[in-house]
Amino acid sequence: MVVRVDLSEEDVDRIFKALADRTRRDILERAIHREQSVSALAHHYDMSFAAVQKHVAVLERAALVTKERRGREQIVRTNGPTIARAIALLDQYEQLWVDRAVQIDAVLARSDEEGGG
Amino acid sequence: MTVVSTTKDPENLTLTLVAEFDSTPERVWSVWEDARKLEQWWGPPMWPATFTRHDFVVGGESRYHLTGPSGEVHHAFWRIHAIEKPFRIEFADGFAGDDGEPLAEMPPMTGYVTFEATISGTRMTAVTKFLDLAQMDMMIDMGMAEGMTEAVGQIDVLLSSASV
Repeated sequence: MVVRVDLSEEDVDRIFKALADRTRRDILERAIHREQSVSALAHHYDMSFAAVQKHVAVLERAALVTKERRGREQIVRTNGPTIARAIALLDQYEQLWVDRAVQIDAVLARSDEEGGG
Repeated sequence: MTVVSTTKDPENLTLTLVAEFDSTPERVWSVWEDARKLEQWWGPPMWPATFTRHDFVVGGESRYHLTGPSGEVHHAFWRIHAIEKPFRIEFADGFAGDDGEPLAEMPPMTGYVTFEATISGTRMTAVTKFLDLAQMDMMIDMGMAEGMTEAVGQIDVLLSSASV
């Protein structure tokens, strides 16, 4: 299967920003070898759990990794190009549905004013 | 209105939106059932929808088109798989040819929508299931994403207001 990965300027900005930090590059490298829990990752760095979590969040926003809750652990996995592309597309549909919810609210408000159903 | 959550599942290609409205399930249902109301919200921003047929019964079909900012028109359709008023709708939503009829070579996406009464109104859960990335690309390629991304930032505001 051929996967077309076309990313927007914003996607590319997020990826470069995510990779511009040494800790985040290290997290990504560890997760490429095998999935990692956030707490296991935190042992490798001289920083708080929350700080490591923040780094993971930046990688997540760039669609480079996916975080999944498994029991009490948060597991970090790297994304292949197909998953990264799916996330970028789902982001757009997410926006569409939020817009739809806002527009439904406006329709409901209008029909309430008219007093009809 | 509050957007309670949006969930993206990139492995199963599904998107789930949960939103709460300060209206009864019957009233929220009416924005789906009544074609004149439906066309006020179904289209992406700057792409208003016009429903020329809306047979809102099990096995029924709808025909609609979206009109873009430069006057371009894209035809699409619905096919209703299940209806339980005012609790649940399941339907196929796909693109159609210039004659307005469904394109067999372009399989539709599937929508699963449920409505639950809450103390203050209605909780609506809308799940969209895609078949593959090519299908997801269609709408984006048609230029509809431009309208969507103009509203970027809105979602964060809504989600943050939901957690207050």
